[in-house]
Amino acid sequence: MSDLTFTLIEFGIKAAIIINIVLVMASVEVYLERKISAWIQNRVGPNRVGPMGLLQPIADVVKLFMKEDLVPKAAFQGFHRLAPLLTLAVAIGVYAVIPYAHYVNIGERTVYWGIAPNINIGVLFILAMTSIGVYGITLAGWASNSKYSLLGGLRSAAQMISYELSMGLSLLGVILIAGTLSLNEIILFQRDGWYGLRWMVFLQPVGFLIFLVSSFAETNRTPFDLPEAEPELVGGYNTEYSGMKFGMFFLAEYANMATASAFLSLLYFGGWSLPFPEFWDSIGLIEGTWSRALLQFGSFFVKLMIFIVFFIWVRWTVPRFRYDQLMNLGWKVLLPLSIINLFVTASVIIFFGL
Amino acid sequence: MALTTIFFLILSVVAIGTAIGTVASRHPVVSAMNLVLHFLMLAGLYLTLNAEFIAVLQILVYAGAIMVLVVFVILLLNLGKEDSLETGFTARKGVAMTFGAAFVIQILILFTSAGSFTHEITDKSVNVGQVKNLGYILFTKYLFPFEYIALLLLVAVVGALLLGKKKLFLERDLPEKSLK
Amino acid sequence: MSSEFILLLPLIIVGVMSVISILVDAINPNSKNSGYYLSIVSIVAVGGFALNNFYLNISGINLDGANLITSNMLSFGGFSAFFDLLFSIGALLIVLNARNYLDTVKTELNEFYNLVLYALAGMMVMAHSNHLLTLFIGIELMSITFYIMAGYFRFASQSVEASLKYFLLGAFSTGFLVYGMAMLYGSTGSMFFPEITVAIVSGSANNAYLMFGAALMIMGLSFKSSAFPFHQWAPDVYSGAPTVVTSFMSTAGKAAALSAFIIIAKTIIPMGFDPTGLESAVNTDKLITAIAAISALTMLVGNITALVQKNVKRMLAYSSVAHAGYMLMGIVANTAAGWSALMFYAVVYTFMQIGAFIIVGLLERDTDKNLEYDDYAGLSKRQPALAAIMALFMFSLAGIPPMAGFFGKYYLFMSVINTGHLWLALIAVVSSIISVVFYIGLIVKMYFTDSEDVEGESLPWNASRMLVFVTSAVVLIIGLNPGGMLSFIKSAL
Repeated sequence: MSDLTFTLIEFGIKAAIIINIVLVMASVEVYLERKISAWIQNRVGPNRVGPMGLLQPIADVVKLFMKEDLVPKAAFQGFHRLAPLLTLAVAIGVYAVIPYAHYVNIGERTVYWGIAPNINIGVLFILAMTSIGVYGITLAGWASNSKYSLLGGLRSAAQMISYELSMGLSLLGVILIAGTLSLNEIILFQRDGWYGLRWMVFLQPVGFLIFLVSSFAETNRTPFDLPEAEPELVGGYNTEYSGMKFGMFFLAEYANMATASAFLSLLYFGGWSLPFPEFWDSIGLIEGTWSRALLQFGSFFVKLMIFIVFFIWVRWTVPRFRYDQLMNLGWKVLLPLSIINLFVTASVIIFFGL
Repeated sequence: MALTTIFFLILSVVAIGTAIGTVASRHPVVSAMNLVLHFLMLAGLYLTLNAEFIAVLQILVYAGAIMVLVVFVILLLNLGKEDSLETGFTARKGVAMTFGAAFVIQILILFTSAGSFTHEITDKSVNVGQVKNLGYILFTKYLFPFEYIALLLLVAVVGALLLGKKKLFLERDLPEKSLK
Repeated sequence: MSSEFILLLPLIIVGVMSVISILVDAINPNSKNSGYYLSIVSIVAVGGFALNNFYLNISGINLDGANLITSNMLSFGGFSAFFDLLFSIGALLIVLNARNYLDTVKTELNEFYNLVLYALAGMMVMAHSNHLLTLFIGIELMSITFYIMAGYFRFASQSVEASLKYFLLGAFSTGFLVYGMAMLYGSTGSMFFPEITVAIVSGSANNAYLMFGAALMIMGLSFKSSAFPFHQWAPDVYSGAPTVVTSFMSTAGKAAALSAFIIIAKTIIPMGFDPTGLESAVNTDKLITAIAAISALTMLVGNITALVQKNVKRMLAYSSVAHAGYMLMGIVANTAAGWSALMFYAVVYTFMQIGAFIIVGLLERDTDKNLEYDDYAGLSKRQPALAAIMALFMFSLAGIPPMAGFFGKYYLFMSVINTGHLWLALIAVVSSIISVVFYIGLIVKMYFTDSEDVEGESLPWNASRMLVFVTSAVVLIIGLNPGGMLSFIKSAL
């Protein structure tokens, strides 16, 4: 088998697996969301479809597929169709650079877990893709030719731009410490010290908090879900969408939530790295074996799920912000804080070294 | 044909197409989206030159921030399809078109006849696009321009505030003429 | 402190002070004076250090080898020190005048003085540039500041129109400039001006791209110095912008554009270079003819259109176009004599144009009233001193012998005649004679036409009025001793 064929097959398989994982994750999140919200509100939650309501997401999807696809007459047809596709495509595209585990050796070849986890601009790639994601929502809001949608689209554009700044600046602290933009190398940095627990969250606590808050805003989740604030805007940017187009927005929202969780765990909690790497080496689970890779994937997955549950927990606990509060928080609190954080980090690195 | 050449051709054709689309479209949102696509193609062109960092910055800054603001403003003003101001052919347009066409023909002749530039792309430019090299060169060789570009950006901010702030000349901005 | 640091001080001061003044304004928003005094202090400091650098250069300190901080992207010769000095004098006059002018229309803001500093920084970078990148940054820093300053009276439609027009056309012309820079780089393989010259002289440059790039750059710079056929923006912008801004744009701004023009012309048209021996004959001398044509047409068009103006500010705007044409003659000559003549004229022009505009600003009412020729009728009876000084400036602008303007023109004419462009000198003389009509026309209006408004209102004694006397005194002194000024300038080159 030549290198090129192997590479093509490798990436084809990886892409297929990852897309499916993302979509399955989305439905798992939907189920979790409904269950957790029920627990928080002292309800039962879905329990009719399948055991414990486990098949509820599938029923939801089937319902969305069966629905009539309504397009407003006055809508701008092309963009109305494009918007949900764009949103979902960007949400899934981000997963191209996320590492799920380190690598396994197949024969003489080394196969990394993830499509391009070693790309040396991974962090920026994710930021770039999420910034493209704004277009989906703004275009959806505009193309629907409805006031509610337009307001939702506008809000999302303003909100995402405002929080992207503090998000990027808080990230810079991590990048400065790790000295790289590659996601895998950031994880390796976190693994190679303090018994595999040199997590960025200990080195960058303020940056982590800023990043956490910003990712809530970037994913349009409560308490920053103003683009789709039901009491004010009916459904926000997706008011005029139905059927599977609405489903795509729905999926994208949950995919984005998973992205944010993955990003948080990669940058601040060591990603796939296992604590006490020497211990695993000593019992024979060395790097490159399937069992080690699966353990690493498990480590990543647990962190991911914890964050997803956290996202859901916050949604059903914290009330929605007012719009001016949101902007004030972004520009007057988080942005200066992240600049100070960056400044302090850089000073510490310069004057005390790492 | 090398893989980069194929990519270059595809990307540049789409880039030129979207650039024309940006100018030709009468609808502001279509124009803006064409421009976004154009920026993505440019980013792709940077990738073919091994400048990943610049490529991603191109997306992040231009497509992800500046154009979002442009679209935001278009939406905020709720601009519809632009009415054509002058549909007919006027002498002014004719002159402009003649000069424009002459300029384009001149460039075409130049590029087909004058041969290649003397400055060849060397092997060392492979690493130029990487973050570390870029940062190093910015803070050593290009330190002065770098600092002064900061001033350039600052003046743009000051100007935007000056021209856009709601109440600036307290006495002047009152609706009735306040001058004696 | 390294010696390069001392040479760099004017640029550092202006950059740092412009940031500080905006910070002071942000920390203490109620302060009415901070911007004014900070800008005066920093401009004076800049001028002082520029003068110091000027004399350092004369005393023969050569720092080309020690150019570490800026890695040769700036040059620190007497040429740039001279222009630093000129720009800071222009900026100082503007700041001192602006206070009264803006106060009468109740629009004084600290940001205005801040913007003057930014523009000053841009101009200085232009005059210092030794690299295409620094040249571009300088041009953009100056231009963007001017776009903003032109629209400073944002409640007045003509000011907003001026700003928008200037911005759109300026952005367009910047496109030409950058394209030209790319071509120049592609042709010669370097962005450093000395290396570009070396590539041209050694014949290693690609001729076609070089000519194309040079032509595009000349187009871009012609726009910035408002030369024909890229002068169309100038009258509207100059007459629409606040008068104090116009006086800044049309003097220091123009001098900056012409300093960049000199630097580029020096680079792409190497002096006394004979291309006959080379295989790929690069003959940039053809460009001289093009610049000469631009210069001739600029003078004629500027003066002829100024003839029919009824508005004094607009007349000065058109005549400013014509003066750009005169100054371009120094570039056509392409000799040290030509450049020093240009610099001499730039100094004289700065003083007389700013002086004339200060008087226009003093008489102006409510941002755009009282500017017609007819409003100046009988001024000699109402404001005898102002009318006399205005007449002096008009004589000087027209180039009547004992005035400084005459000697400026004389040196320029001689420089082109000595390099064999007699026809250009003849056209310049003809257009000067045309210009006499409208300059003297204003004097005739002021002295020999009666107006009903005999009393007039009394103008307060303020800094602007003092400046009128200062500028007129400078024009007179230079007129009395042109040789001293010229030798001062020649010591820079």
